[in-house]
Amino acid sequence: MLHELDRAVQREILTLTVNGEVHEILVPVHETLLEVLRERLGLTGTKHGCELGECGTCTVLVDGRPELSCLLLPVQVAGARITTVEGLGSTADLHPLQQAFAELGAAQCGYCTPGMLLAARALLDERPRPGRDEIREALAGNLCRCTGYAKIVEAVELAALRAASGADAPPPPQANGGGEPS
Amino acid sequence: MSGLDVVGRPLPRVDAAAKVTGVAVYADDLVLPRMLHCRILRSPHPHARIASVDASAARRVPGVRAVLTGQDLPIRYGIMPVAQDERALEFEKVRYVGDPVAAVAAVDEETAAAALDAIRVEYEVLEPVTSIEAALREPVDEPIHDRAYTRRPFNVHRQLAYDFGDLEAGFARADHIREDVFFYQGSTHLPMEQHSAVATYVDGRVTLWSSTQVVHYVHRALARVLELPMHRIRVIGAAHGGGFGGKTDPFAHEIIVSRLAMVTGRPVKCTLTREEVFYAHRGRHPVLMWIRTGVTRDGRITAVHYRSALDGGAYGSYGPASVFYTGTLQTTTYAIPAYRFESVRVFTNKAPCGPKRGHGTPQGRFGIELQLDKIAEDLGMDPVELKRRNFVQPFTRAVNWLRVTSCGLDECTRKVLDASGYLRRERRPGRGMGFAISSYMSGAGTAIYWNDMAHSEVHLKVDRTGVTAYCGAMEIGQGSDSVLAFVVAEELGLRPSDVRLVTADTDTTPVDLGSYSSRVTFMAGNAALQAARRMRDLLVEAVAERMGVHGDLSEIEVRDGRIGDFTFEEACVIGTTRFGALSTSGSYKPPRIGGPFKGNGVGPSPAYSYSACVVDLDADARTGLVDVRKVWIAHDVGRAINPLLVIGQVEGSVYMGLGEALMEEQAYRKGRHKWPSMLEYKSPTFLDTPEIETFIVETVDPEGPYGAKEAGQGPLLPVLPALVSAVHDALGVWVDEVPVTPEKVLRALDALARGEAPRHGPKAFPDFDFGERIHVEPPDPHDMRVGRELEESFRGA
Repeated sequence: MLHELDRAVQREILTLTVNGEVHEILVPVHETLLEVLRERLGLTGTKHGCELGECGTCTVLVDGRPELSCLLLPVQVAGARITTVEGLGSTADLHPLQQAFAELGAAQCGYCTPGMLLAARALLDERPRPGRDEIREALAGNLCRCTGYAKIVEAVELAALRAASGADAPPPPQANGGGEPS
Repeated sequence: MSGLDVVGRPLPRVDAAAKVTGVAVYADDLVLPRMLHCRILRSPHPHARIASVDASAARRVPGVRAVLTGQDLPIRYGIMPVAQDERALEFEKVRYVGDPVAAVAAVDEETAAAALDAIRVEYEVLEPVTSIEAALREPVDEPIHDRAYTRRPFNVHRQLAYDFGDLEAGFARADHIREDVFFYQGSTHLPMEQHSAVATYVDGRVTLWSSTQVVHYVHRALARVLELPMHRIRVIGAAHGGGFGGKTDPFAHEIIVSRLAMVTGRPVKCTLTREEVFYAHRGRHPVLMWIRTGVTRDGRITAVHYRSALDGGAYGSYGPASVFYTGTLQTTTYAIPAYRFESVRVFTNKAPCGPKRGHGTPQGRFGIELQLDKIAEDLGMDPVELKRRNFVQPFTRAVNWLRVTSCGLDECTRKVLDASGYLRRERRPGRGMGFAISSYMSGAGTAIYWNDMAHSEVHLKVDRTGVTAYCGAMEIGQGSDSVLAFVVAEELGLRPSDVRLVTADTDTTPVDLGSYSSRVTFMAGNAALQAARRMRDLLVEAVAERMGVHGDLSEIEVRDGRIGDFTFEEACVIGTTRFGALSTSGSYKPPRIGGPFKGNGVGPSPAYSYSACVVDLDADARTGLVDVRKVWIAHDVGRAINPLLVIGQVEGSVYMGLGEALMEEQAYRKGRHKWPSMLEYKSPTFLDTPEIETFIVETVDPEGPYGAKEAGQGPLLPVLPALVSAVHDALGVWVDEVPVTPEKVLRALDALARGEAPRHGPKAFPDFDFGERIHVEPPDPHDMRVGRELEESFRGA
C-alpha cells in the first residue's frame, strides 16, 4: 500500500545472500538488516533486544564476521554472505554448537541464543580451541539474563573440543549435581 | 527414594532444539495476515493532569486504522484485587514518565509512530513526588492517587504493623542491642525480550498471544477491562524471552491490542521498545530499612524490630504483597523469638515497582544478614558462628506462624564453607570473603485473588496416539514445560520426549496460576504427579485385565516404555479399548498455614528453599573497584528433578544478584529515568561474571513432588549481603546500600580516614506513624498443624 508517508521514502532493489539463498528485494533504504531479515524474509530466528546496538541479541554473520543486524543497512551488505541462526543448523541437523548448547543447558529462555551461537561460531572459525578468557572476550557484547553465562562458556568449549577430537566427546560431568539425598 | 528413571538426571530441556535453532515462536515473531501494528503514546511528564487529548489529526494520517484514548478503556485494573488502580490509557492524570495516554493501530509501525506525533495532549504539570521521604510528607500540589485510595499523608499506599511475641521482653533479655539503617536500590528485570502481544478478534472472541508469565491473570484483566465474559477471551503464552517477575502483571499493551483488534477486526501487534520496557518495569522496590536487633552474649537473637519503607512507584502492582515480603520471611531463616514488623509502601512518580526475582525478600535479607555481621563484630564472634547459632530448625513453626518443613541450612553452610575455605581464608587488605544465607518460598500459599480453588491443575489425555499433558503453567525459560514432561514421563515409564505438552493456553489448558513466586515445580509438579499416577492406575488396570492378572497389580511394571507385557503404545490402545478415551486430572492446593491474624496470607508457602553463599573478591582501596573472584553457592532444592536445570537457575540467580550488588540501578533524576537503555543501565557481561560453583543440597521435602522445592529465586538473596560483607572483610568499611559502586566504597573509606563511622549508607529512617500494631501470640514452635485442623485450633484458643 502506497500512501502519503511512503512517497517520500527512497527504495532500493538489492540482492542479499542469506544462508546461501539469494533474495532480490525492494526495500526502503533506511530499513535495517534486522527488519529485512525478520519482516521481509521471514527469518525470525534473529531476535532483537534493543534495536540500538547495545545487547548483541541480533548478531548475524556477515562474511563470517559477527555484526549487529540492527545497526546495518541492507545496502551495506549487498553482495556479502549473511548467516543467521537458520543457516547454522536445523532441528533436523543441529550444528555442534547448537548441540552443545542444548545438552548443557546454555539456553534457558532462548532469546539471546541465536545471537550468542553466531558470535560463538565466528570465534571458533577463527580460533578452533579458544581458552575460557577468549570465549568470554569474544561473547562479551552479547547479553544474557538467564544463565549467568557459565553454561554458555562450557557449551562453546565442548563444541570446540568435539570439533578438535572429531568425535562426539561426552559432556563434562555436572559439577556437584544430583547426589544422594541427605 | 530410589528407582527413579527420569527424575534426578541432567537431561536437556524438552524445548532445547526449538530454542537453539531459532524455531521457537516468540510473540514478536508472530505475523498474521492483515496484521496491524500498534504504538503507544506515553506521558513525558512524571506527574500531570491531562487537560485534553486531541487525536483527530492522528486519525487522518493515511494508513491509520484506529486510535484509542482513555475514554475507550476507562475501567481500572491491577494484578491485585485491592490495587485496581491503573488504566490501559489514562485520561485524567499521568503518574510517571511512560504512563500510556493514547494508542494507534496502523498498517506499519512507522505510520503508527507518525500518527502518535499528531496527537495533541495538553498537560497541567504537577510537582512530582520522587522519594520515600517526600512521599511521607504532605503533597506539594496534590497526591498521586485519590485520597480515598491512600492513607495519610496521602501518598501512602499500604502500611502494616505487627507484634509477634513479646518484643519488650525480648530486648530486656538482650545483652547487646544494635540499630542500623540500610538501603537497597531498585533495579529492573531487563529481560532480553521486549514485551510483545498480538491480538485477534474473530467470531466475537478475542485471542491474545503474549510474552506473559501468567496467562490466567491476563485473562482476568482482559475480561474486566474489555467487559467480555472469560469464555470469549483466549490468552496464549507465546515462547517467552525472559521474565524474572517483569511480565507478571497484566499490561496496558495487552489490553490495548485486544481492544484495537475488536475495533478494527484485524490482528494487531504491539512490541514495546526497549525504552518502554524500562517504563513497564514492575521491578525491585527501592527499600529503606531500619533494624534493631537484640542478642545474648553468646550471639542468640532475642528480638528483632524491623522497619521498611518501599518506594512503590506510580501504581499498586503487587505492592500490597511486596510490603509484607520485605519482612515476613525473616523468621523462616533465623529463629526470632520476638519480632516487630512495620512497613510502609509509598507512591512516587516513577515507573511502578513490583515483583523481581525474590519479590521483596532480597531487601530484608540484605539488611538482616549485614546487621548480624556487625553484631558478630561487636561481640568479637565469627559471623558464621553467630548466624549458625540462630539458624531456623527443620519442622518448626516461626513466631509469625510460618511453617518450616525441610531445611538444609546446615548442610548448605557446610558445603560453601568447605569449598571456599572461608574459615581458613588469608586475611590481607584488599582481599575479602563474605558469607550469607537465605530462604525463599516454593510458591505463595495464597492466590492473588481470594478463592478456594486449586492453584494448579493438570489434565492428561491418553488415546491411541499416546499421552498429552495440558497445564496452564507458563514456560519462561526456567524449565516449566520440562518439569511437567519429566514428572509425567517418570510416572508412566516414558522418556520426556514421549510426552506431548500443551501449556499456557486458556482455551485448552486447565488453570495454573503461572510462573511467579517459584511455584511451578512444587504446584504444577504435584498436580502433574497426581494426574499421572491416576493415569498409570487406569493403564495398569486395563493391561492387568488383558494379562489376566488379578488382585495385586504391583507386579505390573511401568518403566522403560512398557506397561507389563506391553509397550506403552499397546497399553494406550488396550486402555482406550477398555475405557474409551482416557483422561485424568490432577490438582494442587497448598495447605492453609497462616496464623490467626489479618494479613496472614503473605508469607506462607508449602515449603521453603534454603541457600548459603560465600563471595570472594578483591576490593581496591585506591579506586573503590570491586572485582569478584568467585562465588560458592549451595542451594537446598529438596530434590533436583533435573540438576542441569537447577544449576542453571542457581547460576542465573547468582549472576542477577551480582548485577544488583554491583551495578544495576533503576535510577531517576527529577522523575525521569536516568538511563532507559541497555548500554547505560549497566548489567553484568561475560567479563563481569565470575566463576560460580554450585552445590545442590537435597533434603527431600515431604510435600514437594519427589521432594522438590524451588530453585529459581532463593539463590539470589544471599549474594548481595555476602558481597557487602566481603567488601568489609577486604577494606574494613561497610557499604550499607546496594549497588556497591566505587564511589560508595571510596566514601566509606573517606569516613574511615576521617575517624568517623567506617561506612557509607543511609543516615536515618524517616519518622512515620505505622499505626496501631496487630499483636499476635506466637504458636507452639512444634505445632505443625495445617488447614482445617489448624484453623479449628484458633477457634478453640
